[in-house]
Amino acid sequence: MAKTRGAAVHYDSVQKSYDGVSLVVKNLNLDIPPGEFLTMLGPSGSGKTTCLMMLAGFEPATHGEIYLNERPINNVPPHKRGIGMVFQNYALFPHMTVAENLAFPLQVRNVGKAEQQEKVKRALEMVELGSFGNRRPAQLSGGQQQRVAVARALVFDPELVLMDEPLGALDKQLREQMQYEIKHIHENLGVTVVYVTHDQTEALTMSDRVAVFNDGVIQQLSTPDDLYEDPQNSFVAQFIGENNKLNGKVVDIQGEECLVELDDGTKLKADKVNVSEVGDRTTLSLRPERVEFDTHDQMDNLVNGQIEELIYLGDHIRVRMNVAGNDEFIVKVRNRGEKRKLTVGETVPVGWALNDCKALDAVV
Amino acid sequence: MSNTANAEMLTTQDGKPLKAALSRALFREKMRSLMLIAPLLIFVLLTFVAPIVDMLWRSVENKIVSDTLPETVVVLQEWDPATGEAPDEAAYEALYNDLKIAVAEKTHTRLGSRLNYEKSGISSLFRKTGRRIKRMDEAGPFKEQFLEADGKWGDVEVWQVLKQLSPRFTGGYFLNAVDAEQTPEGIQMKPDEDRIYLFLFGRTLFLSIMITISCLLLGYPIAFLLASLPLRSSNLLMILVLLPFWTSLLVRTSAWKVLLQQQGVINDFLVWIGLISDANRLVMINNQTGTIIAMTHILLPFMILPLYSVMKTISPSYVRAAKSLGANDWIAFWRVYFPQSVPGIGAGAVLVFILSIGYYITPELVGGTSGIFISNRIAYHISSSLNWGLAAALGTLLLVAVLVLFVVYDKIVGIDNVKLG
Amino acid sequence: MKLKTVILAGTALAFAGHTALAADMTLVSWGGAYQASQKNAYTDPYVAQNPDVTVIWDESSPEAVAKLRAMNEAGNITWDLVDVEAADSIRLCDEGLAMEIDPDTDLADAPDGTKASEDFGDMLVSECFIPQIVFSTTFGYRTDMVPDGVEPPTSACDVFDLEKYPGKRALNKQPIANMEWALLCDGVAYEDVYTTLETEEGVARALAKLDTIKDETIWWSASAEPVQLLADGEIFMGSAYNGRLFSLIEEQKQPVGMAWDWQMFDLDGWVIPAGLPEDRLEAVKKFVHFATDTQRLADQAKYISYGPARKSSAPLVGKHATLGIDMAPHMPTDPNNAKNTFVNNYNWWADYRDDLDAQFQAWLAK
Repeated sequence: MAKTRGAAVHYDSVQKSYDGVSLVVKNLNLDIPPGEFLTMLGPSGSGKTTCLMMLAGFEPATHGEIYLNERPINNVPPHKRGIGMVFQNYALFPHMTVAENLAFPLQVRNVGKAEQQEKVKRALEMVELGSFGNRRPAQLSGGQQQRVAVARALVFDPELVLMDEPLGALDKQLREQMQYEIKHIHENLGVTVVYVTHDQTEALTMSDRVAVFNDGVIQQLSTPDDLYEDPQNSFVAQFIGENNKLNGKVVDIQGEECLVELDDGTKLKADKVNVSEVGDRTTLSLRPERVEFDTHDQMDNLVNGQIEELIYLGDHIRVRMNVAGNDEFIVKVRNRGEKRKLTVGETVPVGWALNDCKALDAVV
Repeated sequence: MSNTANAEMLTTQDGKPLKAALSRALFREKMRSLMLIAPLLIFVLLTFVAPIVDMLWRSVENKIVSDTLPETVVVLQEWDPATGEAPDEAAYEALYNDLKIAVAEKTHTRLGSRLNYEKSGISSLFRKTGRRIKRMDEAGPFKEQFLEADGKWGDVEVWQVLKQLSPRFTGGYFLNAVDAEQTPEGIQMKPDEDRIYLFLFGRTLFLSIMITISCLLLGYPIAFLLASLPLRSSNLLMILVLLPFWTSLLVRTSAWKVLLQQQGVINDFLVWIGLISDANRLVMINNQTGTIIAMTHILLPFMILPLYSVMKTISPSYVRAAKSLGANDWIAFWRVYFPQSVPGIGAGAVLVFILSIGYYITPELVGGTSGIFISNRIAYHISSSLNWGLAAALGTLLLVAVLVLFVVYDKIVGIDNVKLG
Repeated sequence: MKLKTVILAGTALAFAGHTALAADMTLVSWGGAYQASQKNAYTDPYVAQNPDVTVIWDESSPEAVAKLRAMNEAGNITWDLVDVEAADSIRLCDEGLAMEIDPDTDLADAPDGTKASEDFGDMLVSECFIPQIVFSTTFGYRTDMVPDGVEPPTSACDVFDLEKYPGKRALNKQPIANMEWALLCDGVAYEDVYTTLETEEGVARALAKLDTIKDETIWWSASAEPVQLLADGEIFMGSAYNGRLFSLIEEQKQPVGMAWDWQMFDLDGWVIPAGLPEDRLEAVKKFVHFATDTQRLADQAKYISYGPARKSSAPLVGKHATLGIDMAPHMPTDPNNAKNTFVNNYNWWADYRDDLDAQFQAWLAK
């Protein structure tokens, strides 16, 4: 492992506009170290795919420069960039067999016949399709096509591989399986991977780091656990994982802590993340699994809530409550065979730690 | 093995064989489909299949001789043209009997024009003899009287033509259509100066291929552009492409005359900018160039439309994929885009080729003498010489040629590789 | 009950419509100025006298032979009277597609009592042919393209003289007329032309003569073509129908002159399709009797420069209806124009057309 034969990518103040009126990508600066698996995550229209296409060379940057291994590549045509790419619909050439598809990048690079065959064979084995070389893409299942597409993007040993929502067309089970396979291939080969998806689970499962895009701007760039545990703003908090929102106003700040008065008058302590001064409007972000029914007096925050709905999900129970005027407040209770029964309509105290409650920018 | 045995034993719940039940259910389905296509089927049978069958029939049918001269035909079976002498009195008597009826029914001149296709002069021979027949002495001798009416009745060749065309079916039209003829020595090619049809078949194929190729060369980039432009601009361009469809054929062809003739717009322009001198104006019409230019223009949409509809289905991500894999623009086009557009080329080429092989109005107007097609001769025999048998034989050969080319095409390209979108 | 009434009424209407149609008379002609002249001289006065007759024109004469055969085979003759060239009338007659007529009973006598068969004379080239006009295929040339100091062409033979008159020519894309001209201008005597053409050597000689100008010749098939080519200055000289040349010169005022010598006389006339039902036949015979009388044929010459086919009409030819020009000098039959002429030998061509056409087309194609 750790054969770092990956390439380094650097976006320097990159901007992109299609119509000359609005920017799709606003001043992007991003460093991707060699060998990293970086995911660009965001809703559609957030600019993530455009960033990928600029890196691949299919869209010119309107402003700024992209560097590949410290070499500016704005004026390098796509076929000279040496970047492997896996497309959303695989883009396997339908008139060629699987083996011919894999040999294509080798042929255009004038690799010798014997070496071609060797590499194609190895690539097919890597994706466990050793005996499928003579089939046409149309004769393969979606998952198999996907693997061929990955193999083809890797067969010419690129230092950088781009993947544009490669698993979008697969069903859930296959998708999860492929996530692991791609992750393992990445680990084994050590290439740099830039992966675009709008599926946050995919991003969290596979990536070294995730860049969350919205509105042409990277909202947060960090490791999957940081992204979940320490969202830097409300967009990230909501986009990644499940999240309870409580709106209020900052009434006191003590170092890294702050006191927030909710709109119904309830006062809560929170981690000061994205507020600056007393009087600011804020939205508190709280993960459903961090809320406890087993309360005790030492808890940072304690409030009463009324149970509105109970949903039994096997490993946990989802409880929808009305807390501080918010009747969309969700609590996840691990199913430990509790003796205590929750009943709908019952008013119970719930509590959570200060650090689990983030004071972020206000959302209306 | 055991599987099939088991399958045979399968029955429905009330004990009937499953296969029978299935085919009964399917039969109803089939009948319904048949009913649905019946109007079209009948239409096609009446307007397409029937005329073709009729054409095939006409190209060999020859009952006019035995119908008009039944007795003569029988008598002539005994006569051997190789003797070099006209038949004896019996034949003349039979001819007299036949002609008397034919003249009364006014069918003798019709037979005359039929036989005149084979030998010039028979037409007037029959017309003339028809006028004389009433005045002939019924008692004979007939040979003398016929020879007196017209000396040609002593000509062995006339009798030979009669004998040769006695059968109810003839290969004569087909022989004629391939520049051959039946002689006493057997089937032979016609003398060089009379040969025309094989030459015209060849030229028709050659020009049609040239037209197909130039349609492809001009149409491919346009179709590509159409397929890659955003919808709004491509719609506008599509209207321009279809414009020739909406103007009458004669108007378009006349427009080409105005443009291409020696005192025409293009030559005037070239002289004006000094590219050619006034004395060396280009000859672009009334020859093959004219035919190719005008026909390419007329048939271009038939190439562009199938190409466009196929190209429209080729996702741009294929070319992107090829480029990302290291192919330059040319290789990405040639190895990835082009093979996927081949079905469109196939469909367009077949359409244009088949349409051009049967065109005759445009070649007639702009083709001069070197740019005319076999169809022009077919049209001539249909509308002018009334030799429908020969026209049918030529048409049949043209049909066969197209079918043969189709099979060859299928072998080389594969007919499933033809796609209209 | 109601439905039955409707159906009956509908059937009655259909029959009524059918009888109304019976008064219609469909005439087939060539369109253009020629058809207009027929309308002015024949049908307009006829309809004025017989208001119940409706005349329908069909411009199908170029395809008349094939269409008549198709109608005949289908057993549904929709035409009542068809304008064809004399050669086609022979073919139609031979094929039994046109009806034979008796000139003396079917056609009007001349005003002086001369029988129609004598008044038309040689023009009755076939048993089915009802002659109307004499036209000629002759040569027009661009007066502005005649080389300096050279006499303008006067004869068909000048078309073969490339040295004296350089430039493109136009000739009809068929053997008729061209073969005769080639032999005549190659020195064959007038009376020997057709016998020469019956021999292989004669055909070869004619084609050899045509070979001398083949590269300079544009071959036309539609009669409007040579006139257009002359008007555009594409050719120096070309064969065309004299009526077309008349309108080019006198109506369109183009710098074009005519070389009348060795013009080829041709005839155009009516044929009645064979197999017309009795009532329609009667109606069309009545019209033909009217439309081919001496005055009507003379009237036609007011509108187009074609000569009437009756001898008795010639003295009655007057001035052009709109241009006011005296028409007699523009007639192909005018003595000044008819010094050397020859007449299409229809019966000869009926025999040799198939054969010569094949050879001619083979020669053209190579």
